[in-house]
Parts: sequence; structure tokens; C-alpha cells
Amino acid sequence: MVNNLEKNANAKRNYWMGNEAIAEGAIAAGCRFFAGYPITPSSEILEHLSKRLPQIGGVCVQMEDEIASLGAVIGASWAGIKAMTATSGPGFSLMQENIGYAAMTETPCVIVDVMRVGPSTGQATLSSQGDVYQARYGSHCADYEIITLVPSTVKECYELIIDAFNLAEQYRTPVIFLSDGHISLMRETIEIPEKKFIINRKKPTSKDDIIFGSISNDNLVPPMPCLGEGYNVLVTGSTHDDIGFRDTLNADTHRKLVYRLAKKIICNKDKIIKIDRDFPNDAKIGIVSYGSVSRAVWELQELAEKENIKVAHLRLISLWPFPDEEVRLFLNKLKNVIVPEMNSGLIVREIERCNNGITNIHSVSKIGGGEPITPSELLDLVVSLS
Amino acid sequence: MMEDIRARFLRATPEFCRGCGNIIILNSIISEIKNLFGSMDGFVFLSGIGCAAWIPSPNIKTDTIHTTHGRPITFATGVKLANPDLKVVVISGEGDLAGIGGNHLIHAARRNIEMMVICVNNLTYAMTGGQLSPTTPQGTITKTTMEGNIEYPFDLARLVTNAGASYVARCRTADKLQLQRCISNALKKGQKGFAFVEIISPCPTQFTSRNIKAFQSIKYELDFGEFLNVDREGFVEKLRRSIKKNH
Repeated sequence: MVNNLEKNANAKRNYWMGNEAIAEGAIAAGCRFFAGYPITPSSEILEHLSKRLPQIGGVCVQMEDEIASLGAVIGASWAGIKAMTATSGPGFSLMQENIGYAAMTETPCVIVDVMRVGPSTGQATLSSQGDVYQARYGSHCADYEIITLVPSTVKECYELIIDAFNLAEQYRTPVIFLSDGHISLMRETIEIPEKKFIINRKKPTSKDDIIFGSISNDNLVPPMPCLGEGYNVLVTGSTHDDIGFRDTLNADTHRKLVYRLAKKIICNKDKIIKIDRDFPNDAKIGIVSYGSVSRAVWELQELAEKENIKVAHLRLISLWPFPDEEVRLFLNKLKNVIVPEMNSGLIVREIERCNNGITNIHSVSKIGGGEPITPSELLDLVVSLS
Repeated sequence: MMEDIRARFLRATPEFCRGCGNIIILNSIISEIKNLFGSMDGFVFLSGIGCAAWIPSPNIKTDTIHTTHGRPITFATGVKLANPDLKVVVISGEGDLAGIGGNHLIHAARRNIEMMVICVNNLTYAMTGGQLSPTTPQGTITKTTMEGNIEYPFDLARLVTNAGASYVARCRTADKLQLQRCISNALKKGQKGFAFVEIISPCPTQFTSRNIKAFQSIKYELDFGEFLNVDREGFVEKLRRSIKKNH
């Protein structure tokens, strides 16, 4: 069993489910610590890593709940190890306080949320895209900025989770990886790239280095020491100065800290944002999608082609920070844009915000039963708008 | 003597109310670490939210992590598993460790993970103004039990003993010799398994002030001493052995 797993992980081609690709991609990115709590449809990530991490000198621990899982991940990250947890909507809700803590203390870590139908227990195990705002605004006082990535294929689960770790390390921030029940549980053949580009966190070079501050543009992301290296690190979720000392009464200390936390993400938007743009020359109608729904759009484009309709497609691979400029450019050239989502119509609000007033935005919303939006449903709308 | 140790092991002047037990506990911890280990090298202190959480953070001159409310043991679990060479100590109050974070306390004891946990039990939520805590004795006047508390309190030392652990003791700031002996034993045991010390500590500001008249009617029946001191294989050690065996 163990040998097979190792053999499979080293193969160049694999027939993996999304959750396995996420787990293997995390290992490829250098993740050596995982703490999690079972919840469908994310449990395979915990199960897979409980076998794989001990084989390569890592640690996988099943905690007593999701709060504890992210707590352990943050602790492990400060001990100097790349760390991840994975959950689904209800567990993601429990993690929100610690996500804010990770943002405030600039702790690199990756949180996978495999979205399922809610609110509350909802229709457990079935797919949805309802957590897009929870990812951005879930922790109290969301004055922070956060990076969120959304895969559309199993191959992308593998490649994008590596990006998630790289971004977490580069910008010293938690990164949310929003999969959904469809992507995580489907199987696809994927080719493993030979060379993977890996980024590791910047470490301090002297005991005098500032590790929690400075707002100058060249030092938006301070270096991060490890526990036990003699830096006498002071980590706190309370407002703190450049050294880490609590300063909960001084308004300027708070503004300086929180503006920098937002600025380090916003000022690097160009390097963080990932989109996939497919714009045929004579397209007059467009679709903006993300996650598993994008797969219906790809098929729809072929179906529409047969009806002599060209459909432009903007796929958001990163959701937060929101790609305002990219969406604006896309909308500017189109009279009608459809936004299909497996929720009650959430990201369409962001698209409306970027609308210059020329484009008609059409929300296609589907919730319940984990039923995907089908290409033929989209085709009917595309034909009626053409 | 104490001033020398403070200059070496502290990086800030502790700020606690007059008569608060926290300063006695802080002094005892740094003295016992000096006696047993000679230095703070390799020590990581974690604490949650509340007055007792301010004992290590920012005062003790080593790595300190001031976590979210109730979760220091979960952070400590990640630290210890990621780097077993570190000596991990959690210091927090009973509201933090046994109220909001009670689940983590019993699970860490069950795993017998190698760390020392000091629970400063001042019998009330002091930082928020003196409300009922899970260990407030029956009859106590608090801001949320103005007619006297009717709830049965937790016996934390026995709770943790029954959940697992390697070392459990209950002592009080009023008995310095016993306090130092328990901290010393827990520091040693905390390198091999889960070591828990419950310290009954006074809160003149929020507890005593409200209960001077009611003192006779408070039902207070705690006993003191070591409840558990056994050798059991710790979680990190078990993990290490199971990896060696399977791979």
C-alpha cells in the first residue's frame, strides 16, 4: 500500500481526484505539516496526507476540530515549516477567527475550503460556490486583504496549490484555496510538470531586523524568523509595533500596521492576479466564470460555435484581490456578459461594480442538489441574447 | 537575586493589578527554569486571551506567541509537532483553557503531547470585568451572578487527570514552596508528556472586592497537591516510533 502510494506520487501521469492532486501539489510545494478535521467533501486530503507526509519526514495530525487545525497550522508555520489545513464550509466558518490572526501576524499558511451546499449543514457533501465572500470577508473586521485561488480542473488543483504556497511564503499571508465538491471529487488524468518553481519565505539576516513592520514600499513584506533561532519573537494578534510589542491604544500604530497588511497585497496585485482570457475576434457576448462552472463554459463555447455564435470567456483563477482592471477591460468590449455561479449570484456583484454602464450583466444562479450549471442551459441564454 | 533573574529573563516590566497572583507565578516560572535549565534557550511560551495570558507575553525574553482566545494549546501542538526540540509552555487562565478552550485541554491531555500547561485559576473572568467562570465556586458574587453563583464548578485537576496526561498538580500562590515544587516537577515532566499545573491565584480587583461580605457563604472545597505523576510515552515520541516502524 505504502509503496504503491509512493510509486504513484512519483509517476509522471496520474489519474487523480482533485483532492489527491491538492495533497500531492502541496507536497511538491514543500508542505510538511498538515492538521485537519474530517469533513466531506475534503476528507481525502487529510486521508491522503496521513499516509504520504510520514513517508517524507512530514507530520499529519487529525485535530479535535477545525479551530484547533488552523491553530496547529499557524504554530507549525512559526516553527518554520510550510503548513496547510483543508475543510469545507462549516469548518471554514470555524476557522475564520484564526484566519484573521494569521493575516494580522503575517503567518504564511494555506487553507483549502472545498465548497459545499449551505447555509449551515445545508446539503452536506454536495457541491456549491457559496463561500466566495466568506473567503474575503469572513474574519471579523476584514480590513485585511487576502489572496484566494479557485481551480477549475484536477491539473489546476496540483499546479495552483503550489502557487498558493508560493504566494503565502512570498507575501507572508494566509492564502485561501477555494475548491468545490465537483472539482475535488472528480478524477482526471494529469501530467506532473518536471520542474516546479518554489518560493520560500525571506528570513532575517540580523537580530536587529524589523520583523513586523515598516511601511516603505521596498519593505512591505518583512522577513520572518523561526521559533527557537534566538530572535525572541513576539507574536500577537493584538495591534503591535514593528518589533511585535502590543500597542492597543495608539491609533497610529494600528493604522500603520493594517494599512501595510492591505498594501502588501494591493501593491502586488499584478503579480498575484491570475486570469484565463479567451476572446475570439468577433465575440459580442461574454461569460465570466470561476471554479467548476468554467467547465460548462468551455463546452458551451463549442456548442455556440455550431450556431455561429462566438463567446468570449474570462475565467478568474484568482478571485481575491478582485481583478477589477481585467474585468473592466473584458466588459468594455461586450454588450452582454453572463455570470454563471453555483450560488444565489455573488461574484456578479463584483462584476456589476466594474461595469462601465455599457454592458448588460446577466446573472445565472443555481443552488441546491449540487447540480452543475449545464452547457445547454447557458446556450439557451446565449442564443436569446445574440 | 530575583532582580538578576528578572534582568536576564524579562524584556518588559510586568503590569498587573496590586495584589494579583500573576507576578508570583511569573517569578516562580523564571526561577525554576533558571534552576533546571540555566537559560531560556529553546523555550517557547504560548498564551491565549485574559490577564494570565499576559504573564509570558510580552514579559518573558524568549519566543512568545499570544494566540486567539482559548486556542494556545492548539498553536502549541503545531509548534511541538513541527519542531520537537523546542520546550513548549502554555500559560493562560481558566476561562481561556477550561471555558472557551476546554475541548483542546482534554484532547491535548488525551494525546499526552509533550508540553507544560499552567492554568492560572483566579475563579473569575477578570479582564472583562469579573463575570462567572467555569471554576467560580457556588455562592460567589460575580457581575453575571449578582445573587450568588448556583452552578457547579469544574475540578480542573481531576478533569485533566481523567483525560490522560503524565503530570497533574493543583497548588496556590499562597503556598510558595508547593508552587515552586509543582512548577519544577511539571517543567521536567513536560518534556516527556502532558504536564498540567492548576494554580489558584487571587484576583483582588474583580473577585475579592465583590465577595468580602459573601465570603462565608462561598462553597470552596479544593484540595491541593500532586494528582498524577506517571511515565507514559508522549505523542511526539509515539509518532516518531510509528514512522520508524512503518517506513
